Amino acid sequence: MNTKYVKGELQVKALENGTVIDHIPANKLFKVVEILQLEQIPNEVTIGNNLASKRMGKKGIIKIADRFFEEKEINRIALIAPNAKINIIRDYQVTEKKIIELPDHFKGIVKCVNPKCITNNEAMESRYDVLSKTPLVLKCPYCQREIREEELQLL
Amino acid sequence: MSYSSLVSITDYSKEQMLHILKLAAGFEANPNQDILQGKVAATLFFEPSTRTRLSFETAINRLGGRVIGFSDASTSSSTKGETLKDTIKMVSNYADIIIMRHFLEGAARYATEVTDIPIINAGDGANQHPTQTMLDLYSIQKTQGRLDKLKIVMVGDLKYGRTVHSLLMALMHFSPTFYFIAPEELLMPNEYKLICRENNIPYYEDSVFGPEVIEQADIIYMTRIQKERFTDLVEYEKVKNLYILHNYMLNDSKNNLRILHPLPRVNEISQDVDDNPKAYYFEQARNGLYVRQAIISHALGLV
Ligand SMILES: [Zn+2]
Repeated sequence: MNTKYVKGELQVKALENGTVIDHIPANKLFKVVEILQLEQIPNEVTIGNNLASKRMGKKGIIKIADRFFEEKEINRIALIAPNAKINIIRDYQVTEKKIIELPDHFKGIVKCVNPKCITNNEAMESRYDVLSKTPLVLKCPYCQREIREEELQLL
Repeated sequence: MSYSSLVSITDYSKEQMLHILKLAAGFEANPNQDILQGKVAATLFFEPSTRTRLSFETAINRLGGRVIGFSDASTSSSTKGETLKDTIKMVSNYADIIIMRHFLEGAARYATEVTDIPIINAGDGANQHPTQTMLDLYSIQKTQGRLDKLKIVMVGDLKYGRTVHSLLMALMHFSPTFYFIAPEELLMPNEYKLICRENNIPYYEDSVFGPEVIEQADIIYMTRIQKERFTDLVEYEKVKNLYILHNYMLNDSKNNLRILHPLPRVNEISQDVDDNPKAYYFEQARNGLYVRQAIISHALGLV
């Protein structure tokens, strides 16, 4: 997989080493920044948004220099950017492409839809079991409520 | 989570349920024992429920244990803004086991994550009340002589009624046949019907509470239909009298039939049923004592 990472193809400056997250829905770009806690890292981060995309109309892209995410970490964005593409760059070359996959269990990100749920009333992290990926069905292990894609509220 | 906690009825395997029922029968035969001597149990009732609290505290007292706690959140530190986590951690310093009732759903599950002592869920909002389910099972086993292959009729509010949902889950292990009798607005939720189908448990649904279903029943489990559950009050007025059990309706029922109800009742079981030997709801409540004795001693690893 030694595709040459052509300058201009991604409409932003080429990266020597690091991670490129491409095909992020434009309206979810800053949510991805937040979930990956990119505002807290010292690395060089380049963000492009509302870039033209044949497939998506408008898309967002994030390039993080010298940072390689663990699968568990990067999969946290699966809920909001399920079709995002992860390219691992080493020495200007795409050395690995990763597909985002929603894990079977995850913490945070989503707010339980039940106002009487303990997670909405106590300073604690929510967590979910993924009952089904398509269509998306989550279950809050605390109050047992099932949450469907159309009722999903991000924290 | 400490393995001895009881938050949801699904925390128990079939074997554990049967074990608890066996222990409970032992406590019924001999309710005063000293197995909790030297132990302190905390009953934390963030939401008041005198009935449930007295049952638990009697269970502890009859086993020689001591009780600390509060019966109402307004007298507890949670009204001063203390988090549930802090309250549980503080009480864990003093008690060997916590029995808690809370108005928030999932509170007991969260409590198990912040302490190492066993947590017994005595009700968390509309979510779970597993000791009620165990006393229901005990009552069924005691009156029928078995749990397997019974015809169980559930009547009333099957949509919001947590007791019927938990009982349904517990009975999954015992090949029942279910009859769900409810008005259109309060039908058994699909997720529970799906669980029945996945476990090959036959169920019938009807909005008519009539002789056909009563004559077949081994157990009729009555629940209250609350006005607040209806979006359309005209609909409530139409159905409110259709799910009331009167004594004459039991004329052709089976001899072994018993009527259960989680109590308190309002008017869904007419007073004239009370003297029928098939009425079992008052004894059912008393069984809660033995079952809670069994659950507490088991959670502490003492039996
Ligand atoms: Zn919840």
